[in-house]
Amino acid sequence: MPVVLENLGKRFGDGAPVLDDVNATIASGEFVALLGASGCGKSTLLNIMAGLEAPTSGALEVPSDGAAFMFQDAALFPWLTARENIELALQLRGVGKAERRAKANELLELVHLGGAGDKRPHELSGGMRQRVSLARSLAQDRQLLLMDEPFAALDAITRDLLHDELERIWKETGRTIVFVTHNVREAVRLGQRVLLLSSRPGRVVEEWAVTEEHRTDAGLAGQLTGVITARLREEIRRHAK
Amino acid sequence: MPNNPTPVAASAPDAAPAPSPDRFRPADEAAGFDRPDATPRAASGAPSVHAALTRTSTGHEDLRQLEAGLDSLQSDAVRKARIDWSRILLPIAALVVLVLIWQFYVSLGVKRRDLVPGPLDVLGQVGVLWGEGKLQEAVWTSLQRGLVGFLISVAIATPVGLLLAQVAPLRRAFGPLISGLQVLPSVAWVPAAIIWFGLTDATVYFVVFMGAIPSIINGLISGVDQIPPQYRRVGTVLGANRFQMAVQIILPAALPGYLGGLKQGWAFSWRSLMAAEIIAVGGTIGFGLGSLLDQGRVLSDMTVVMAAILLILGVGILIELLVFAPIEKRLLRSRGLLSGSTR
Repeated sequence: MPVVLENLGKRFGDGAPVLDDVNATIASGEFVALLGASGCGKSTLLNIMAGLEAPTSGALEVPSDGAAFMFQDAALFPWLTARENIELALQLRGVGKAERRAKANELLELVHLGGAGDKRPHELSGGMRQRVSLARSLAQDRQLLLMDEPFAALDAITRDLLHDELERIWKETGRTIVFVTHNVREAVRLGQRVLLLSSRPGRVVEEWAVTEEHRTDAGLAGQLTGVITARLREEIRRHAK
Repeated sequence: MPNNPTPVAASAPDAAPAPSPDRFRPADEAAGFDRPDATPRAASGAPSVHAALTRTSTGHEDLRQLEAGLDSLQSDAVRKARIDWSRILLPIAALVVLVLIWQFYVSLGVKRRDLVPGPLDVLGQVGVLWGEGKLQEAVWTSLQRGLVGFLISVAIATPVGLLLAQVAPLRRAFGPLISGLQVLPSVAWVPAAIIWFGLTDATVYFVVFMGAIPSIINGLISGVDQIPPQYRRVGTVLGANRFQMAVQIILPAALPGYLGGLKQGWAFSWRSLMAAEIIAVGGTIGFGLGSLLDQGRVLSDMTVVMAAILLILGVGILIELLVFAPIEKRLLRSRGLLSGSTR
């Protein structure tokens, strides 16, 4: 089931609109990178898609079972082990006790953390925590996965690896992913499509398709990155007074 | 799903890439293999340029290895725990020093011996009380009442505290009252309790409840207030209902603050109990440590008074050392909150 945003608008109280007339269609199984500078309402848009906030105008169509969500910080519960964190998501989804453990182990295996299930979050590195968090959002078993700058706080080496990892998992699970980022390289590296949001108010101003060639040809990818960066800066410059 | 076969998928089975030398080269070759129209890209720049923009690993197995390597580099080596003797010896040394100072002061003879007895006199009195069986009776009676009163307080205060912390109108309505009750010394309830319940155990328990319950509720509420807002959001996203949110997310998240409240609640129970026992003597109220203390006052026997004070203090220290300290330490350690503290 696709995600459709139609003339979506959001304002808080009487303030200036955060989002204004956002239009986008995201096909099932698609990986879309949502790119924008600060203040473009990226997180608000995700919250609306997740059902955590209501839009003030416009309409949106999302899968009826809601969306899985992954945050910038792993937001794992420190009193639970890695496996228990995943099991909690399964339990809240209504998975039976007997099935939970096996399913959690399977998901840990999927993110290459088969041996770390009994560790507490504070014993894991930032990258490992984010992978547990990814496994937990997969445990929610929703077709739509919303990711709010999940790799922004990681070091460059780890981030590069997690890009490969996320791409692999996306292909294995066939999820629809909306990935919010302010990093142009990240958007080009991951998205099949890159949507650029303007700032204040947020609105989709341009989009680019990223092909399989871009995945392997650094020259092509670099070129596209340059084009998108130029457009993004143009958008930022508009706000200089 | 993408329709062009990806190099990763095409060159799967994962086990297939034998440890060949080109394993760690960026995906160029694998990609070229898949798309015959692709031009050889041998000269397309240094691999470092690729890093952020294109695939950096050459397959599932390669990715697994890289991640495993990074994981082990980024994880701390496990440090072995060993018994820290200073933790045991330092408190004992401090105690010895204090007793020596006490003995030294007494031996100066500034005050009459019956007003300020020495450590040995008090120890002798403890022996006498033990021989009479009075000491065991007093400690047992008080400890039993203190624990029962405390446990009932916990059972009452926990749901009430959770409810107050979760339901904003209730909290606004009753919050100030609960905080106020914590400030009100529970001894103030003793006269009222004696009038209502007479010289019975009910009086003692009532006073204990009035001391412990507000303080446990307050501890729980402040624990809940300190929960990172992110936890609630995660709970909502994971689909927790109100009850699941309270029991499976809010309560465990608030546990450090709650435990602080429990500790304070115990302290208030114990203090209130002693106050009640000192003031309300006789009737069907049993013989507790407070009663022993009051008896010493009536008989003007300073050794009994001091023995009772030290016993009350001793029980408090023992409960802290044997019950609360281990629980707290375990709790903090499991959440990674203990490193760098002076505990």
